[in-house]
Amino acid sequence: MLKLENVTKIFNQGTVDELKLFDNYSLSIDKGEFVCVVGSNGSGKTTLLNIICGFSPVDSGSIIFNGKDITKTPEHRRAQFIGRVFQNPQTGTCPDLTVLENMALADCKKTGYGLSRAVSKKNLERYRSLLETCSMGLENKLNIKCGSLSGGQRQALALIIACMTDIELLILDEHTAALDPKSSERVMELTDKIIREKNLTAFMVTHNLRFATEYGTRLIMLHEGESVMDLSGDEKQKIGTDNILAQFNRISIECGN
Amino acid sequence: MEIFFNVLRVTLEEGFMYAVLALGVYITYSILDFPDLSVDGTVPLGAVTTGILIVRGVNPWLCCLVAFAIGMAAGCVTGLLNVKLKIRPLLCGILVMTALLSVNLVIVMSGTGGLSIVSFFSSPTIFSSGLAELIPYSVGGFALRTVIISLIVALLCKFLLDIFLKTKTGLLLRAAGSNHQYVTMMGRNPGNMKILGLSLGNGFASLAGSIIAQQKGSADLQMGTGMVVAGLACVIIGLSLFGKLKFTAATTAVILGSIVYKACLSAALAMGLPTEYLKLLMAVLFTAALVLSGTLSKKQGGKKHAQA
Repeated sequence: MLKLENVTKIFNQGTVDELKLFDNYSLSIDKGEFVCVVGSNGSGKTTLLNIICGFSPVDSGSIIFNGKDITKTPEHRRAQFIGRVFQNPQTGTCPDLTVLENMALADCKKTGYGLSRAVSKKNLERYRSLLETCSMGLENKLNIKCGSLSGGQRQALALIIACMTDIELLILDEHTAALDPKSSERVMELTDKIIREKNLTAFMVTHNLRFATEYGTRLIMLHEGESVMDLSGDEKQKIGTDNILAQFNRISIECGN
Repeated sequence: MEIFFNVLRVTLEEGFMYAVLALGVYITYSILDFPDLSVDGTVPLGAVTTGILIVRGVNPWLCCLVAFAIGMAAGCVTGLLNVKLKIRPLLCGILVMTALLSVNLVIVMSGTGGLSIVSFFSSPTIFSSGLAELIPYSVGGFALRTVIISLIVALLCKFLLDIFLKTKTGLLLRAAGSNHQYVTMMGRNPGNMKILGLSLGNGFASLAGSIIAQQKGSADLQMGTGMVVAGLACVIIGLSLFGKLKFTAATTAVILGSIVYKACLSAALAMGLPTEYLKLLMAVLFTAALVLSGTLSKKQGGKKHAQA
């Protein structure tokens, strides 16, 4: 469904700080897969997401989505079929708009934005029941500005908003990293539930090794722009956090630290 | 007593006219977080365009619409410079403002045959024809007509802007100012929203220029000087004094702010401040507004902490 073909990404090209993060990197994700990506800082996890979303252009290679080449498609056009939740809870919602207004905006993603009234009463019940699914008390805060919600609430809302319209790929960028243990647990459960219900293809970057082993159908470990571990099916189900940690240490030793 | 009423009348007249400008600055400065200096050029642009058209006998209300449209075009240029050429906001404003100095001069000179001012004292304006004739010029010696007409225009702008900001596009515009990544995720280009906001803001500024010129009966290039400061002061005073009140829309707060601002200016003039000090006073008032809004929001933050 999503294919990266021979992608090369170079930072600070032509300077002494030149860094070739991805060199002819290829990756293929099938429909319905839930891929967990782990790796140390600087291993290219977030860059990989940015490349998929179109936030940062590639230097060579191509990105194929459902058979279509989207290498040159700008980020906002890819957003029609890719939903994204960020690490920072501030990014996924709009702080100056109310919960209701945020959801109303997300609702128009497919239909377009005209000069008709954004918030209509007939959608209220649908929004409320969507919010009830995450059981964070959001359904009673429809008219509160998102800026005054807690981090966990904002992240849950961001997740609901990202999946409100029919997307095909959900990108999760360490979306539980900024939350307290309980909220992070709850947001992760909600994520899994939504992915199952909507049968989405998902791509999750995480530092939480337990999440990486418990959730998802495929596990990739990135190191210096290469997949050093790529497990799916039974192999993925059997692996424990210890095995991943051991692999982590092996890489670190190879690096010399 | 008569002096008081006179000061009050001037305050309300000018307050409502400047409120239109302030609504424009509110869009760019508060909603989009874009310090837009091109306003100094778009206010006289609207004024001289209106002047030239009125001299040629065009309906004054139509002139207002033309002024709004031409202001939008100028604002669009500011937006394009920022979004497409990636020039910093302040520089975009300075560039457009400087370019408009020439454009405005060309408009005035070509329309008047070489003069640098266009006068139309005897021609019909929105304050002297059409709707205005239904309103008595004065009641009990108190000149009402100009106040009422400018109030109507300011309220009309306010309500239209309020309605727009509640539409889907309006919400997207507000989102573009507070979190442009959100607009991207909604499948839209945040740059286009910025251009739209700057167009609207400068449209209002140009409309304000048109109204101010029609009230004065003349238009020249000098009237643009200090318009950015005036507009920003109105917005900041309004939002910091009235923005936190419940059931007061931000646009209402902005209109009230411009009346407070004009009241300070006309009170100072009435107390004998020579007019050459006017721009200095404007700068001082603006500084005071900035400091005031800083301390007020700090107090508010403190209160919130105390409550939690």
